Amino acid sequence: MTDLLIIPIIKMLVIFGVCLFFVAYTTWIERKALGHFQLRYGPMRVGYHGLLQPLADAVKNFFKEEVVPDNADRAVFLMAPVISISFAVMLLAVIPFGPAMTIFGKRIDLYLANPSIGILFILGLATIGSYGTILGGWSSGNKYGYMGGLRASAMIISYELSLAFAVLSIIMVTGSFSLVDMVAAQQHFWDWNIFREPVAFLVFMISGIAELNRTPFDMPEAESELCCGYNIEYSSMKFSLFFLAEYTHLFVFASLVTTLFLGGWHGPVLPGLVWFFVKTFAVIFVCIWIRATIPRLRYDKVMKLEWKFLLPVALANVIATGVVVALLG
Amino acid sequence: MGLENQLVGDNVLVTSLNKLVNWGRSNSVWPCTFGLACCALEMIASTLADFDISRFGSEVFRPSPRQSDLIIIAGTLTKKMSVMVKRIYDQMADPKWVIAMGACASCGGVFKSYAVVQGADQIIPVDVYIPGCPPRPEAVLAGLMKIQEKIRTERLDQRRDFKPGMLEIPTGN
Ligand code: SF4
Repeated sequence: MTDLLIIPIIKMLVIFGVCLFFVAYTTWIERKALGHFQLRYGPMRVGYHGLLQPLADAVKNFFKEEVVPDNADRAVFLMAPVISISFAVMLLAVIPFGPAMTIFGKRIDLYLANPSIGILFILGLATIGSYGTILGGWSSGNKYGYMGGLRASAMIISYELSLAFAVLSIIMVTGSFSLVDMVAAQQHFWDWNIFREPVAFLVFMISGIAELNRTPFDMPEAESELCCGYNIEYSSMKFSLFFLAEYTHLFVFASLVTTLFLGGWHGPVLPGLVWFFVKTFAVIFVCIWIRATIPRLRYDKVMKLEWKFLLPVALANVIATGVVVALLG
Repeated sequence: MGLENQLVGDNVLVTSLNKLVNWGRSNSVWPCTFGLACCALEMIASTLADFDISRFGSEVFRPSPRQSDLIIIAGTLTKKMSVMVKRIYDQMADPKWVIAMGACASCGGVFKSYAVVQGADQIIPVDVYIPGCPPRPEAVLAGLMKIQEKIRTERLDQRRDFKPGMLEIPTGN
């Protein structure tokens, strides 16, 4: 009974609570870091160095008017943010946060589920989550939203390919689809997949940032072209949910990079849980850094980068990995 | 979300909710990305390094009026443009505030002409006027702080957008 029901429920609440807390504070980190990159301070007035800023934003958005445009498809319009956030949060279930712990004589694994197809689960659900973006744009009855939705679907179709091929080479090296096995295979520093598969790491980083719709590739919500694209008609909490989903995806992406390439929770001295979050936030910081550095690419260049560069490189990498694995094993 | 419309009266719950909501609203005033003439450049400058509007949590210039709380009428408001300004104001989700920035937006400024609206308050309700031609970025920040002050003294049930909810207790008459 306890093993089957109570422990998973407690784990679920703790994992989702902690992760959503971190996700909310990722917005604060982003605003602070962007500020300091531009020689500004960022939020300063609410709490110590603006620490309460995410809370103030949440309260403000919670008590704002909700707008549903007349010519929007009402049911789909209301469903889109729910699809977005629920599939984003579901991704947190399969990520291994740390080594197994013993509490009250019970062995507790720091992940909610360890399906044998963990990585496929993540790839699949992440793509379903982007239906939220696409449907939100298409249902809002606004031409900018429509364009944003179109671009979002184009991005998903193209960048998912190179992402999957980058993951494929990791699967070939590890010989397993399970994220837990992948972490277990990277116990020593020189076993980390970033050293074994540097090309796959680069491809995964670039196409991951593109999947997240973050700044060098923020096609679906290009502010200067599309006003803010797919979420243009959303106000109040519905907009906040989209925002939250986006940052949850960022968090999941960073923890995936940690798990697949940076040795997961392995590390000297400090406990595994701490190492996991240190690495994850380092990756998030790199994403913010890229956002502060590189301006947005033109739409056709984004597509060229994928189809003419990333995809061939990822394919060649998979073939090379296959040859090496076949020769060594 | 309109929840606040369900609350009436003057009990502890309402007043503390009032405080919380005002705290949230005043500390995250997101302006609309909107500028009309030369004053807009000073508005942009107020987000940059020396002045930094983000200290007040207001650097999130939203491109969509649905998500913004504040519209800064920054510049000369011509009659032709006044239609758009009115439409953008109407598209913004409640609660919303307006700053008339500079002499032009406050009273027409140097343009005493048939083509220019003599003050933004002729078409939309203005909360704070910022004098100057153009006002310096510090003045924009001062105007923003005035808006924050105003938000902190507001009562939820006295706002323009307050719609009496189902829980209202009928008064005697
Ligand atoms: S007030 Fe002066 S600076 Fe501002 S828009 Fe008018 S003329 Fe330009």
